[in-house]
Amino acid sequence: MGGKLFRNFSFFSATLSFFLLIGIFAILFTYAQEALAEFGFDFLLSETWEADEDDEGGIFGGYIPIIGTLLSTLIAMTIAVPLAMGIAIFLTEVASVNIAKSVSVAIELLAAIPSIIYGMWGLFYFAPIVQSTVGGNGVGLLTAGIVLAIMIIPFMAAITRDAMNTTPHVLKESAYTMGATKFEVIKDVILPYSKGGIIGSIILALGRALGETMAVAFLIGSVMSTVKHVTDPTTSIPVLLANNFAEAEDLEMSSMYYLALILFVVSFAIISTAKFYFLGRKPK
Amino acid sequence: MAKDKVSKHNLVMDIKDFTFTYASAQVPSLKNINLPVEENKITAMIGPSGCGKSTLLRAMNRIHDLYPGNTYKGEINLYTEQGEAKNILKLKKENDFIKLRQEVGMIFQKPTPFPMSIFDNVAYGLRLSGLKNKSILQGKVEKALKDAAIWDETKERLKESALGLSGGQQQRLCIARAVALKPRVLLFDEPTSALDPISTGAIEELISELKKDISVVIVTHNMQQASRLSDYTAFMYLGDLAEFDKTEKIFLNPSKKLTEDYITGRFG
Repeated sequence: MGGKLFRNFSFFSATLSFFLLIGIFAILFTYAQEALAEFGFDFLLSETWEADEDDEGGIFGGYIPIIGTLLSTLIAMTIAVPLAMGIAIFLTEVASVNIAKSVSVAIELLAAIPSIIYGMWGLFYFAPIVQSTVGGNGVGLLTAGIVLAIMIIPFMAAITRDAMNTTPHVLKESAYTMGATKFEVIKDVILPYSKGGIIGSIILALGRALGETMAVAFLIGSVMSTVKHVTDPTTSIPVLLANNFAEAEDLEMSSMYYLALILFVVSFAIISTAKFYFLGRKPK
Repeated sequence: MAKDKVSKHNLVMDIKDFTFTYASAQVPSLKNINLPVEENKITAMIGPSGCGKSTLLRAMNRIHDLYPGNTYKGEINLYTEQGEAKNILKLKKENDFIKLRQEVGMIFQKPTPFPMSIFDNVAYGLRLSGLKNKSILQGKVEKALKDAAIWDETKERLKESALGLSGGQQQRLCIARAVALKPRVLLFDEPTSALDPISTGAIEELISELKKDISVVIVTHNMQQASRLSDYTAFMYLGDLAEFDKTEKIFLNPSKKLTEDYITGRFG
């Protein structure tokens, strides 16, 4: 009796997430119909985002925010992955217990800071630094990418550290008894053993970087212009949606649903490819 | 006392007045241990849980040093093939530890295959020591797998993950991996306690084969195993070496009451 109830409940919970996924996709797809019919796939390559004066129609294209989203995420991941791996390796294998504990607490606290705080800090403190070292206006693709990296590093480092900590002591010890150095133990035993968890942390961080709205809105410049230089201001899908949602009507609204659909599909595609590609294979 | 029972020139290791204290402990876990390890013989360490037998074993290749703060006193000598003694407690550099651990290998309680193929598991130590030539590597891996009596079961699947082997096969693979490095001493830390009786039999047979080329020290909870396998037995109790002698003597006619009580199962 109790077993059956529990079984049904867990079955319900498990299927719920599946139906939510399909439901959200269906809604986005339905609302995007108008823009899909009007612009088709040219939407992906058009750089114009302009409503007519009477607000009835206009020309809307997603190229700039799509590229802005992908590039800012790429910058963030390029910086964050090596640093987060370094932090995790330091915490699990190099640091003494006391240092590892205090650094771990700091990392976990950093991961808990709301993104708007990173945005404000980035705008008032970090953007001027970027401006004086690399040039540009301060706000722009590079600043957004770096602050995004800083946001996802603690998160990625904490999960990677937990994954590495699951490597059994005897496994490490047996590599040492074969005459391995610390570096070889990390490379040959710990990283392969915790590969699944590490990829998982990267995927979660990637999802967060793709969808991050507030911090990026502060820092990317929020202008509809193509990036020619890495410090140029531009916009990203979530930022454009957040900025324009309140005033948009009809075709513009539908175009934004189209953008949201693209973000949904892109995130889903990246995450599922990463998952199937890396986690589907058994260690060799 | 025990030293005169084994002739000195046959020793491969010799532990003298050895005292060991863990980083977090106030009192030593091992007190004044004197234990000779004879070449090409099997020396068993028995005793109740917490008596320090694994601690002593783990001092013999200084695997303790992976965790900082432990203190050593006394000597643990490893004799070179020329009969020269070197005190392994004096080693400080990572390179010296690596050399020591290639000479004094270790097998753990649970099988510990690395997350790589069967071939790569056995080749791992050889590659670390700088061997790159493929055909030599293949020859040595095959020899090691044959020595560890697991060649027939693995020759068709050398490229497959070692994690797909059964527990007993994994343990023999770990032995092959250690044997491939041609160590002078192999330390076994309860190597069969996670295995079924048939796998245990296979491992025991393998260990007694190995002693032709390698000196063996084995920690075991299983007294039958110690009496079946070993040439010498050390009985440890509460951080002391209570009695050390030829295995028949320990099991048939121990000189201490404590030893007799333990081997007859009156405590432990």
